[in-house]
Amino acid sequence: MATATNRMLGHLGDSVDRLEDPPLVTGKGRFVGDINFPDQLHMRIVRSAYAHGKIKSVDTSAAEAVPGVVAVWTTTDIDDVPPIDFREGSDPTLALFRQYPLARELVRYVGDPVAAVFAEDPYTAEDAAELVVLDIEPLPPLINADDTPQDFKGKATTEAAIVEQGYGDIDETFANAYKVVEVDVKVSRHTGVPMECRGAIGRYDEARDVLEMYGAAKVPHRNRDTLCRMLNRPASGVHLFEGHTGGGFGIRGELYPEDVLVCVAALRLGRPVKWIEDRQEHLMAANHSRQQRHIIRAAVAEDGEVVGLDDELYLDQGGYIRTHGTRVANMTTGTLPGPYRFPVYRSICHFRLTNKTPAATYRSPGRCESTFVRERLMDAVAEAMKMDPIAVRRRNLISLEEMPYGRALDVLGDSVEHDPGDYAGLLDQGLAQIGWDDLQKELAERRANGEMVGAGISMFFEKSGLGPSDAAKIFVDNEGFIEVVTGGASIGQGFETAMAQIAAEDLGTDYRRIRVVHGQTNRIDYGVGAHASRATVLTGTAVSLTAQAVRAKALDMAAELLQTNADSLTITDGVVHSKDNPGGPSLTLGEIAEALIPTSKLRGDREPYLKGEKWFHIDHQTYPYGHHIAVVTVDPDTGGVEIEKYFIAYDIGRSINPKMIEGQLVGGLAQGVGGALFEEFTYSEAGDPQAVTFADYLMPTLQETPDPEILLTEDFPSIRTPLGIKGAGEAGITGAAGAIASAIDNAIGIPGAVTETPVTPQRLKKILSEHGK
Amino acid sequence: MSDKKDITLTINGRDHNVSVDPRWTLADVIRDHCGQTGTHLGCEHGICGACTVLVDDAPVRSCLMFGVQADSKKIRTVEGLAKGEEYHPLQKAFMENHALQCGYCTPGFLMLATGILEAQPDISDDELNDVLSSNLCRCTGYANIVKAVRAARDEMKAAS
Repeated sequence: MATATNRMLGHLGDSVDRLEDPPLVTGKGRFVGDINFPDQLHMRIVRSAYAHGKIKSVDTSAAEAVPGVVAVWTTTDIDDVPPIDFREGSDPTLALFRQYPLARELVRYVGDPVAAVFAEDPYTAEDAAELVVLDIEPLPPLINADDTPQDFKGKATTEAAIVEQGYGDIDETFANAYKVVEVDVKVSRHTGVPMECRGAIGRYDEARDVLEMYGAAKVPHRNRDTLCRMLNRPASGVHLFEGHTGGGFGIRGELYPEDVLVCVAALRLGRPVKWIEDRQEHLMAANHSRQQRHIIRAAVAEDGEVVGLDDELYLDQGGYIRTHGTRVANMTTGTLPGPYRFPVYRSICHFRLTNKTPAATYRSPGRCESTFVRERLMDAVAEAMKMDPIAVRRRNLISLEEMPYGRALDVLGDSVEHDPGDYAGLLDQGLAQIGWDDLQKELAERRANGEMVGAGISMFFEKSGLGPSDAAKIFVDNEGFIEVVTGGASIGQGFETAMAQIAAEDLGTDYRRIRVVHGQTNRIDYGVGAHASRATVLTGTAVSLTAQAVRAKALDMAAELLQTNADSLTITDGVVHSKDNPGGPSLTLGEIAEALIPTSKLRGDREPYLKGEKWFHIDHQTYPYGHHIAVVTVDPDTGGVEIEKYFIAYDIGRSINPKMIEGQLVGGLAQGVGGALFEEFTYSEAGDPQAVTFADYLMPTLQETPDPEILLTEDFPSIRTPLGIKGAGEAGITGAAGAIASAIDNAIGIPGAVTETPVTPQRLKKILSEHGK
Repeated sequence: MSDKKDITLTINGRDHNVSVDPRWTLADVIRDHCGQTGTHLGCEHGICGACTVLVDDAPVRSCLMFGVQADSKKIRTVEGLAKGEEYHPLQKAFMENHALQCGYCTPGFLMLATGILEAQPDISDDELNDVLSSNLCRCTGYANIVKAVRAARDEMKAAS
């Protein structure tokens, strides 16, 4: 094939269609549930029905007697398997609180895995699981993280850690403050809830002594490393494979008990073992997130400057500490100041275990919570100082002149240094676009006519591009087809398309000729996957650097063959030609690749093949920024909130594919609306989860989800990446609860009314009746 | 567990003769015994709609129907939407409007929309919103799904 047949597509900044879509719209996707192996077994987990209790006995005999059941395991059957370790390596201070794949001595939440049934088919496995008899002596459950901590296994208390960050002299600042404003606010327990439940298949290939796991997502290389550590196997003998993944949102793809169990079972039972989670299990077994209570004070100067911020928070971690360790506490305390200067700051996080489902990261972890809390406080400051909420924010925003702005705060091992950005400038643009002043007049008139309608704003800065490093490999074959191998992951965000566009830019080829590999631990040594809005920033930059190296090699080889110098050449549509004479002598990338095969006499001293591998190391994360504005109406009869208008402003630095970025913002907002108004895992006093179906855990449908107006700017490319890319994955959700809460306050005319999410009709009716409305 | 029953499911025009347990759901029979894994399970209690297929041209949640109930019935799944290499207008519109991200809920939305657009080619935007609110998507925020289905409606109407 001499040239690409279609017009070359896919430059940076083009909203091209996604490479991912054709199999997904034709039913040809390969999700983990779609994968089967001959002779496979099916696993079903027997879970605790008690929130807290001592395991006295587990009787598996009736289950074992069911025809088709091959084995039933309790923790004694796998007493050599250690608890699930932390993703970023062992941490002796937290080791005690880790979860074993099957509960040992105690159960610590409803849903805690106690036994595993392996059978010939999934229906039999589920039948037999019903016959496993758990004798559990109930213990008093701890439901609230702000109650007094309890004993933990006689060795510690349920306050597993205190995470503290800050700078400056809090006591002096507050002693000298013109005014001190305090709020006490809560973020409910909710989580990502991808449409595909989790699943995993373990398979042991005895011929090669290789353990394989299918159904990996998000961080396959990290999970391989943890599995190797736990099972004492070499990295070369453990391969994880990511197929299609039905949504990630931070919760999918961490290493869970069930993932370890299918691997251990595959090794010991000698047959492939498949586990597919059902939705009821998912809602009590996959990571929950978000639940925090903050008691936060602002020391305010006479002009509205917040000169000090003092926060104490209780983080409800649930039954165990899973793979993330204390990362959510770190991100909450590290990002709470947001886009504001706050010259003195302290946040103390009580990181506490309770008897609920373990918690970890969900899209925008730490920032979603801290943004809601901080923006509630900023509204309270405005009210206390009788200032306009916008004016208070302006007074405190970090200015462009102060950028890059460093703070003595840590976010995931990175000392925070804000990328240059004009926070106030983007605010001006956003307010102008939405017509803020006219909107205020219009809403005031409508309120005067008896409507409960109001607007609110929430400002934020995001973090993206978590380092430290990433690598990519590119190989061009003799037909000119290109393979890009990455350690990234695709969880639905359009990773393949973004990587192909980035590679296509430097390789001068159509993005549709590029195959992008991700999530395959046997194809590349290193990978950090897709989380923390890092994939396009880190992996994308590694792909770009690699593509540049391959381009240079192609031009160097072509220059010799065309008897010219490399500087005079360029690549268009996969063809190398003279910049000045596009119709002149030319070579396809495939022809150049052929000239570089090991046996080629044309190759000279060059390394064989048209290929390359480059690394990218980042010194700080990138820090994009933006704001949300919501306009809502409240129905005083039902307590229902309707979002009438929504606006998101965001500076992305540099767009790879604006259509996909907007998709991230709109989709993130839908989840933000869920967290702000509907989604909540509630528990009874006995610790029974009360939201284990979609009839109880209410996610927004089309009717409840606004179609936001978006202002996507590229005014401040990141100084941390050569392409200026900043992340896009989380900004749609970060500001949502703050803006919606502010708008509700405004609509009902009760400043500071909303102190807790979700603002359900029940909560809002209670607020209204307490204020005689 | 129980005696199997021999049934015939006609899926996308092809007969599948399968021997099923009466308690197997239609979704499980389609996926595990007829090899058509394009139909996805999202909740298995009839709320999310990811498993929507057409049974005798009407949208049905295949997690709430038993396989035996579909004996001799005409079933259409996402695998049957395209005509050879030619995409169905809805498939095309979903790709052009970025109406999918992870793609897990997509087959359910496509079959729901196919059923409703065939039954009501002139359906209004408001009625369409009501219908599309019966399925859940966790990635897209729905706006692009609405755009895609409206675009396909208009194209299918123009072509008819």
